[in-house]
Amino acid sequence: MQFEHLPATQILIPLIGAILILVSRKNIVIWATASLLTLLTFINSILLYKQVSVDGVISYAMGGWEPPIGIEYRIDSVNSILIVLVSFMALLVAVYARKSVEVEIVAEKRPVFYAMYLLCLTGLLGILATGDAFNAFVFLEISSLATYVMIAMGKDKRSLIASYQYLIMGTIGATFYVIGIGLIFIMTGSLNLNDISEQINSMNTIRPILASLAFITVGISLKLALFPLHSWLPNAYAYAPSVATAFLASTATKVAVYLLIRYFFDVYGYNIVFEDYWLSMLLIILSIAAMIGASLVAIFQNNIKKMFAYSSIAQMGYITLGIAIANHSGLVGSLVHIINHALIKGTIFMAIGCFVMKLNSTTIEDFSGIGKKMPLTMTAFTIASLSLIGIPGTVGFISKWYIITGAIEKGWWWLVISIALSSLLALIYVGRIIEIAWFQESKTKENTVTLSREMIGVTLIASITTLYFGLNTELTVDLAKIAADSLLPGILR
Amino acid sequence: MLIINQFIASYNYFIIIFLMIAGLYIVVARGNMIKKLIGLSVFQTSVYLLYISPGKIIGGTAPIINDSYTLYSNPLPHVLILTAIVVGIATLALGLSLTIRINEEFHTIEEDEIFNKEDL
Repeated sequence: MQFEHLPATQILIPLIGAILILVSRKNIVIWATASLLTLLTFINSILLYKQVSVDGVISYAMGGWEPPIGIEYRIDSVNSILIVLVSFMALLVAVYARKSVEVEIVAEKRPVFYAMYLLCLTGLLGILATGDAFNAFVFLEISSLATYVMIAMGKDKRSLIASYQYLIMGTIGATFYVIGIGLIFIMTGSLNLNDISEQINSMNTIRPILASLAFITVGISLKLALFPLHSWLPNAYAYAPSVATAFLASTATKVAVYLLIRYFFDVYGYNIVFEDYWLSMLLIILSIAAMIGASLVAIFQNNIKKMFAYSSIAQMGYITLGIAIANHSGLVGSLVHIINHALIKGTIFMAIGCFVMKLNSTTIEDFSGIGKKMPLTMTAFTIASLSLIGIPGTVGFISKWYIITGAIEKGWWWLVISIALSSLLALIYVGRIIEIAWFQESKTKENTVTLSREMIGVTLIASITTLYFGLNTELTVDLAKIAADSLLPGILR
Repeated sequence: MLIINQFIASYNYFIIIFLMIAGLYIVVARGNMIKKLIGLSVFQTSVYLLYISPGKIIGGTAPIINDSYTLYSNPLPHVLILTAIVVGIATLALGLSLTIRINEEFHTIEEDEIFNKEDL
């Protein structure tokens, strides 16, 4: 079967759905519509992936205007997997959402919440699919604006402050990105990523291009919460509604990383970005600071959502570390870790959403004895947590293995030590929760709210996926290897 | 003389850089949430100028096919910046409405006062 317009429908389904969903006010109807739409998006992404794996790169001219003049949607081995990943997480979280949204968000805001959810999905898929630099900015802002609204809908009034802080930081990040694009546009007169990449390689005046690289790197780093630019993330994750946190933690920062990989390896190319070691070294230092610093901060948190928000910053450190190592193994590790961390953090925040609904608290002490009361959810949580540490047999182990291999290939042994140290710190903060939840007696009075079956079901499915990809490593690793081959220049494969 | 000539030839970039840094400074240095948003707006506006000013060609007309004109300005930067202005307005509107909600909940829009009161 051949569908010509798959790249366009991938974006259009959630975009049109976001408007359609505002028609109804009944919670069950809007939830069912959102789930159906994300299911369609997911099916679309699978078809798109199949088509790419058979026919190779798809170049789709939006509106019939041929690139480089028109906007090109370009689907290749790198973004086709990530489109499947983001659609899959969106489907899981949408199915999970019904009861959680009912409890956490007031009735009149629910349709808007689902509409923002779908708009955010539209933006993220748009960034992944587009091959146009300015189009990526527009989608970045669509997803960010939808995110600010979702965060501000949290029950706690501090969610407003979190949303405001993210709005300021996010807009600065996006504006830095546009400045970078502006400099590229002045130099090349093109916005098509492929066209830009060809022109940059045949250019003599390199200085404005380097300036644009700096602006784009800083702008995207703000969005992906690279270590010193992460200050918006903990509050945003902690005070947003559970559904929003689960979705953002598993997709938003990953899509920003994709954009960084795209610019580093495709647009500017390995030679410009990693020729001198300074950018590579800078990224490595910041990644290590994130891996160790954020993990240390996570140990001392009392709010469970904040703890895993800091853990997210640490895990983003692994991904940027793999990029900075910039050899085949390192890049494979990064790409696999994008997939793995999305699954792990999705599971963890969905499980936390279940606990928070039952306990009506995010304080870690209140979680005592929760393992006996909610064994299924806690099992899912435990599996994902072990994956986060990187126990062999779970997904977390594989990506760390590849990043370590990449570091050793470069002869950077000290990196191995810092990865091990960071994993040890993860063991401490995860261990603390597991100890409290499984081995202590319950002290808190729980809510009378009953969890819905689909909440627990989806959380379990997500945790089983992490186990599955941990044991059957071929699928993700092979895909990442093909993607890394297409990103790196010949000599480094 | 050379430096002065260069400065005059590319004075638009100096204005852009000044606005950019001024806007960013306001965002960083001010605690008042409305003032921060004003700074953000100035910062974004500087980027609009960064796109628009190289798009202007002296003596160039709008890109309409006509035998009597040979010199055209590129229309693309203007179109891009129209989009960016829409994005900027959406961001500013959302930021201001958040500030209104914050004022309702916390009875202040000074960041310091909120951070003193709340454990964030």
